[in-house]
Amino acid sequence: MLEIKDLHASINGKEILKGINLTVKTGEVHAIMGPNGSGKSTLSNVLVGHPAYEVTKGSVVFDGKDLLAMSPEDRSHEGLFLSFQYPVEIPGVSMVNFMRSAVNEQRKYKGLPALTASEFLKLMRQKREVVELDSKLANRSVNEGFSGGEKKRNEIFQMAMLEPKLSILDETDSGLDIDALRIVAEGVNKLKTPNTSCIVITHYQRLLDYIKPDIVHVLYKGKIVKTAGPELALELEEKGYDWIKKELGE
Amino acid sequence: MQLEPNKYVKELTQEKYKYGFTTDVHTEIIEKGLNEDVVRLISEKKGEPEWLLDFRLKAYRYWQTLEMPTWAHLTIPEIDYQAISYYADPTKKKDGPKSLDEVDPELLKTFNKLGIPLEEQLALSGMAVDAVMDSVSVKTTFKETLMEKGIIFCSISEAVREHPDLVKKYLGSVVGYRDNFFAALNSAVFSDGSFVYIPKGVRCPMELSTYFRINAANTGQFERTLIVADDDSYVSYLEGCTAPMRDENQLHAAIVEIVVMDRAEVKYSTVQNWYPGDAEGKGGVYNFVTKRGNCKGRDSKLSWTQVETGSAITWKYPSCILSGDNSTAEFYSVAVTNNFQQADTGTKMIHLGKNTRSTIVSKGISAGRSQNSYRGLVRVSEKADNARNYSQCDSLLLGSHCGAHTFPYMDIHNETAVVEHEATTSKISEDQLFYCNQRGIPTEDAVGLIVNGYAKEVLNKLPMEFAVEAQKLLSVSLEGSVG
Amino acid sequence: MNMKAEQQYIDLFTQCEALICRHSAEGLNAPRAKAFADFERLGFPTRKQEKYKYTEIGTFFAPDFGLNLNRLEFPVNPYEVFKCDVPNMSTSLYFVINDSFDKHDHPSAQLPEGVLFGSLRELAMQYPDLIKKYYGKLADTSKDGLTAFNTMFAQDGVLMYVPKNVVMEKPIQLVNILRADVNTLSNRRLLIILEEGAQAKLLVCDHAMDNVNFLSTQVTEIFVGENAYFDLYELEETHNSTVRFSQLFVEQQAGSNVLLNGMTLHNGTTRNTTEVQLVGRGAEINLCGMAIADKNEQVDNHTTIDHRVPDCTSNELFKYVLDDQAVGAFAGKVLVREGAQHTSSQQTNRNICATREARMYTQPQLEIYADDVKCSHGATVGQLDENALFYMQQRGIPLKEARLLLMFAFVNEVIDYIRMDALKDRLHRLVEKRFRGELNKCQGCAICK
Repeated sequence: MLEIKDLHASINGKEILKGINLTVKTGEVHAIMGPNGSGKSTLSNVLVGHPAYEVTKGSVVFDGKDLLAMSPEDRSHEGLFLSFQYPVEIPGVSMVNFMRSAVNEQRKYKGLPALTASEFLKLMRQKREVVELDSKLANRSVNEGFSGGEKKRNEIFQMAMLEPKLSILDETDSGLDIDALRIVAEGVNKLKTPNTSCIVITHYQRLLDYIKPDIVHVLYKGKIVKTAGPELALELEEKGYDWIKKELGE
Repeated sequence: MQLEPNKYVKELTQEKYKYGFTTDVHTEIIEKGLNEDVVRLISEKKGEPEWLLDFRLKAYRYWQTLEMPTWAHLTIPEIDYQAISYYADPTKKKDGPKSLDEVDPELLKTFNKLGIPLEEQLALSGMAVDAVMDSVSVKTTFKETLMEKGIIFCSISEAVREHPDLVKKYLGSVVGYRDNFFAALNSAVFSDGSFVYIPKGVRCPMELSTYFRINAANTGQFERTLIVADDDSYVSYLEGCTAPMRDENQLHAAIVEIVVMDRAEVKYSTVQNWYPGDAEGKGGVYNFVTKRGNCKGRDSKLSWTQVETGSAITWKYPSCILSGDNSTAEFYSVAVTNNFQQADTGTKMIHLGKNTRSTIVSKGISAGRSQNSYRGLVRVSEKADNARNYSQCDSLLLGSHCGAHTFPYMDIHNETAVVEHEATTSKISEDQLFYCNQRGIPTEDAVGLIVNGYAKEVLNKLPMEFAVEAQKLLSVSLEGSVG
Repeated sequence: MNMKAEQQYIDLFTQCEALICRHSAEGLNAPRAKAFADFERLGFPTRKQEKYKYTEIGTFFAPDFGLNLNRLEFPVNPYEVFKCDVPNMSTSLYFVINDSFDKHDHPSAQLPEGVLFGSLRELAMQYPDLIKKYYGKLADTSKDGLTAFNTMFAQDGVLMYVPKNVVMEKPIQLVNILRADVNTLSNRRLLIILEEGAQAKLLVCDHAMDNVNFLSTQVTEIFVGENAYFDLYELEETHNSTVRFSQLFVEQQAGSNVLLNGMTLHNGTTRNTTEVQLVGRGAEINLCGMAIADKNEQVDNHTTIDHRVPDCTSNELFKYVLDDQAVGAFAGKVLVREGAQHTSSQQTNRNICATREARMYTQPQLEIYADDVKCSHGATVGQLDENALFYMQQRGIPLKEARLLLMFAFVNEVIDYIRMDALKDRLHRLVEKRFRGELNKCQGCAICK
């Protein structure tokens, strides 16, 4: 589904990603772990096309298409979803208007007719239940005045609405208490199908207790330095990252 | 808690202004009045070159075509410019010429009394002082020490003699004589002031300071300060001022020009404590000042900090022209007015270069029957891409007969600009006062505490010695103002 | 003073004074001579005056305009051509053609007992005492050349009178139609009086029907009695050759509550002066406005809120979106007089410049002479939030659409002040159309099709 080859990327002229290679197959869950500043968030931002990052080398093929050639919105329409580490507040834009635009733009891209108002509201109601999102929140402006947990839940709600093929969860566990973490993770698991894939970017093991990865990667200094099964995450939790640094001869 | 109006109002007695004495020293004062001959006489007394006389005459002729500006939120009584003497020299002894180093002991005593010792061994460590009384610089300390680093710090009259090329190059380059009414007047008759030049790559090792003192009666003071910070240099400059208590108003119209080159930084701090007049509004200094710096170089930085507590009328807008790309400017101000004082003060931030940043923090405190206005302009020109400005202007009112006003102007000609202005006006919270009272702090002291806390953001920008002085000054200025 | 622009009007008035008076009413004629003397002395305001810093008034008057001093009737029945009724909102609908109140039958007009709404000229003849008591009492001709000018030439307009404790359920909609074959100058006048406890809502829309140059001056005086409620919505949807100089004066008695909302969707040059005096305790004013301007459009709002007595509240919100070479200006003064304790005042002005050529001048001002007050103002000029734009793109919303949504959200705050749901909905749609560029001329009525 996703094939990243020798990806190099920089921000403000500073190279952060220094040759990433990663293949995610349909139905797989990958975890990307690594110490702070290793380039985890850069990777997710580059994949979704954040304008601040410049790709200097390499290729990304998503579902057979050249991902890097696409605008951010078309990447979204193709089924790529990023759950932001820091979801943005958009005062004055209601959740309903925002989501309706998003859903109908995707339908337009796929050549489907726009949903009617009642169809859309019904869909909102259904999906809201997945993440136990309060209907009051759905009537507010996008993320405005939401608590940290509510924002993350709202991300998963939007994921439910847009039904992406590949979801990237960028530090979705940060700032969540244990109950919120459980709700968010259960939401993600409910949305998981054999046809969708997921990249979980996290610093800690605890999210991976809920969302079981098939493959775990360690990202360090802009490169994937280690890849293994789920046991790697446990090992990292226990020993920290220092042993990897040692292994790399640092 | 409900405070009874005026319950705590006491007259701000004259002893409160502790700098109000006069110095009995023989002073050579030229006759009152202003005409071309007076301009020529001032120039002659200073032994100036031809080009400077020309500059003065041009300014004088231009000034004659102008009228006093009326746009400020001030009530300015008619000023008779012919009733003022434009030159007073307290260093001239009766018995003929004297050597430059020889300073009248009376003058030294005066500055000692003001807390500005001019003997280097007594001076505050780390601070060089240029002491100016009336129209003449009395003495500049640590001149030689500074010269070793190539730093020029002297009176502007001396600079005209010793460093004519530098003065000629920069004088009037930031504030032209056509700039405004008072700038034209100053350019015609300016007397003394300080000149600072920091050479390339030099960090000035001590604070430079000029202390201005008006002494003679019926004279105006028209000082002129010029600071040039060459590439990669740094200087912190302080300015203080006082005047005797006189029943007549005294005119002070100064110009300060600052040029900041590539990557250089200048910090300019003022504690302005001219005689504010008495509790009935009699006397006091009219302070009409044009201060402006040009952040000419890339990555240059200029910071203005002012604590304004004195003067009967203040008309003053220390400004920055951000012409160099990536240059930064700051303006931090506390203005306190009490009794019948009037202040119209603020800044102008003119963004010309790309990626320029400016910050404005202004705290106005009004008491008695005073009027206190903030007036500021933020202009972002067509070419100033990515300019940023943040302005915050707060006013605190003590008593129900004073006024606090805010007049910000924003002219934005570039779509990449982000300009924000916030202002609030309020009185001291009764809850805070009561809280202090409950802890045993009398209301007057509590007001002093709260006001100092309110002004802290600005006071923190001052060099240490000044900050302590300024804090005391704030409390004294507001004594008897709780209502 | 260069009185070139003024001279032609001074001459015109001198020659035609009798004619002007003949086609007006006694109450309107009474202040003319003084207004003329004031205008001769003041002339048009110039940019040298702080209040008119951003708009040079005189130059707009210099060209040759036709004035309908003879009150010729224009062959138009607005009820036949005007279709832009607000859907789902039942209003009493009236028209002013240029500066004459339209005399056609008003099918929807059934006003409560005692309420007057109609031609200022005719009602001035019927109710001379009312006119004598109120007309020209807020619009002081001795201080402002434009007010003097309008008072000299105004022959008709609208009078609205709501007696004590009468609550008008149905809003009134007044449509100003500019209709002419030659360049035309109109001088409109509105006089609005709400007695104690009265309640009313008025929606005024400006439309231009023909593609000629229109210059209009408008002076509105609003007297709001104790505990009265009044909403005024002004909606400008004209074209680029239209110049509007409006001056609005409000006086509010104790406990009254007024909402003024001026929305400029399409225009040429607009200068709105609004002066509100809070003279009775506990009065509240909500003053807001919005401008969406592109091409060479210019919108200049100058507001003054005068807190004369204690315990009053003012909220002010103005938002501008400027595209192309549009110029926006906002100057808002809040004056709190000595003794006006417990004043609460908040003023906000936020602006977006979408292009390099667009210009915004903003000048919020606080002038405060009382200590026990809570006053604040804030002003910003900036762009749309880039993080929000990217967030929306990630969710599949195209950049262009995301920008629209954000601009829409930006001005919605002003629309949300509207206290009539049907009008709010209509405005939402109008603004969206405007941003989508579907509103190149005033639209919605058959006139502009």
